[in-house]
Amino acid sequence: MAKAFDLRKQTGFTPVAMLCFALLYMPIILLVVYSFNAGSAISDWQGFSFRWYEAAWQNEQVKEATVRSLIVAGAATLIATTAATLAALATTRGKPFKGQTAVFALINQPLMVPEIVTAVALLVVFALVKVQTGYTGLGYLILAHSAFCIPFAFMPIRARLQGMDLTLEQAAADLYATPWQAFRFVTLPLLWPGVLAGAMLAFVISLDDVVITEFVKTAGQDTLPTYMLGQLRRTVTPEINAISTALLAISVLLVVFFFLANRRKT
Amino acid sequence: MTDVSAEASPEPRSKAASLDRHAVRNRALLLTPAMLVLICAASGPLIFVVIYSFLTAGDYGGVIWQFSLDGWTSVFIERDIFDGTLSIADAHLSIFWRSVKLSLLTTLLAFIFGFPTAYFIATRPRKQRDIWMLLIIIPFWTNLLIRTFAIMEVIRNEGVVNSALMAIGIIDQPIQLLFTDFAILTGMVYVYLPLMVLPVYASMERLDFSLIEAAYDLYATRWQVLRRIIIPVVKPGIIAGSILVFVPSLGAYVTPRVLGGGTKLMLGNLIELQFGQGRNWPLGAALSITLLAIVMVALIIYVRKAGKEDVGHG
Repeated sequence: MAKAFDLRKQTGFTPVAMLCFALLYMPIILLVVYSFNAGSAISDWQGFSFRWYEAAWQNEQVKEATVRSLIVAGAATLIATTAATLAALATTRGKPFKGQTAVFALINQPLMVPEIVTAVALLVVFALVKVQTGYTGLGYLILAHSAFCIPFAFMPIRARLQGMDLTLEQAAADLYATPWQAFRFVTLPLLWPGVLAGAMLAFVISLDDVVITEFVKTAGQDTLPTYMLGQLRRTVTPEINAISTALLAISVLLVVFFFLANRRKT
Repeated sequence: MTDVSAEASPEPRSKAASLDRHAVRNRALLLTPAMLVLICAASGPLIFVVIYSFLTAGDYGGVIWQFSLDGWTSVFIERDIFDGTLSIADAHLSIFWRSVKLSLLTTLLAFIFGFPTAYFIATRPRKQRDIWMLLIIIPFWTNLLIRTFAIMEVIRNEGVVNSALMAIGIIDQPIQLLFTDFAILTGMVYVYLPLMVLPVYASMERLDFSLIEAAYDLYATRWQVLRRIIIPVVKPGIIAGSILVFVPSLGAYVTPRVLGGGTKLMLGNLIELQFGQGRNWPLGAALSITLLAIVMVALIIYVRKAGKEDVGHG
């Protein structure tokens, strides 16, 4: 009993926590393991092979969906990050202003409204626009993704700006820098880690979206997640596991990178 | 581009006024792109959903621009297609009930698993905590569809759960787990659990453990310490976590669609159905507004209860 009575310990909490971690990871690990299955049944292990990765690599639909996912996520990240950076500058500089609450409400709105409601709303409005303009390109997806990525880009950028020292900008202004020069040579370099973090979050969020994409896309505009959702209705082969594992690897890499970059800073 | 000049050392009054006006204009310019995107593709479209809920359904989907309350009445009442009699819409009510029931259960289970986990992380040495948190965050940022698919693999007839149960000899035939309410519940707890752990951990980190020491000195039992000290302090985090789990559960679409197999619907799937095969856009719009209203009530309760307490967000 010498060391056993740890004040912080609550009976039974550690086993539950361990169970929790095990349950969180077991399904993902199984998914990854079975992506290397040589057989074509999902849960019948028949030896190791890269067969399903090759199949996915050669699947034209998967290729197209991947390219489309990257185009949409890239464009949405660019738009959302730029818009969020400008908005963050507007809301952290100077005194609080009239309408600030409304601005924050608008920026955070995509986080509070259930995704399915936003998806339906966009379906309705874009249907009208499609009839009026006849345009059916990727623009709708890019616009929709940009909107729900803005709050995710906004959070780290604003946090970074709030932690920044304003006196450097003031010094630049005192030394006759134009506002643009002050921004370009003082503010932006200091803000850059926040912008990068915001862009990474926006990219992952866009890449992962299923619901809004499913409702907004025109026929034949599948992204990787909506392609997978469609496949789940048919007979599923480990090809889906292979695609999932690849997507998983990208997300994990970005998140770990983001996490490490953030930790070093503080 | 920034209004740094406006914040430089004090200026004569008239010049300051002109700089102020300059700053206001700059701020408006800076806010324009974000506001424009959000109004076009987030807030603006919601207004259309409200309008559509008061229109007449078109024969092949879409709407006829004619005022009608049919969308709203058919949320709860249905007209028999043969004799035109009115009755309570049992199908809708059962889906509402399933959505609320499963979301509440999800929240409860997420708490039962999430609270001890958050406590465990908060009591690790400082250096270790980041690593444990990363282990929670990684699944959180993994594609929702992939996680749902992973759960599907585990609970399918040939999956690990059934194989294990058969190997031990508890059952000799696979039990049907997939495409049941149980499957949806499992999936939702799995998918939304990190949303409980993150805010609970955030408030747990602020817990002063000398309070616990003092309680033990005064002969409190472990249960009393938990109930009288830990839970009250962590309460804002628990409320935040519950809201963060409950709200997306209620509007869940992907998880019930994949794990419910198209027969066990939730509110999100019912809404989709009205815009797809159901071809009743006003009803779909009315259901969407109803869902949104429930979520808003939950958020308002949260804001009231948690007060100015910070919400830890991903």
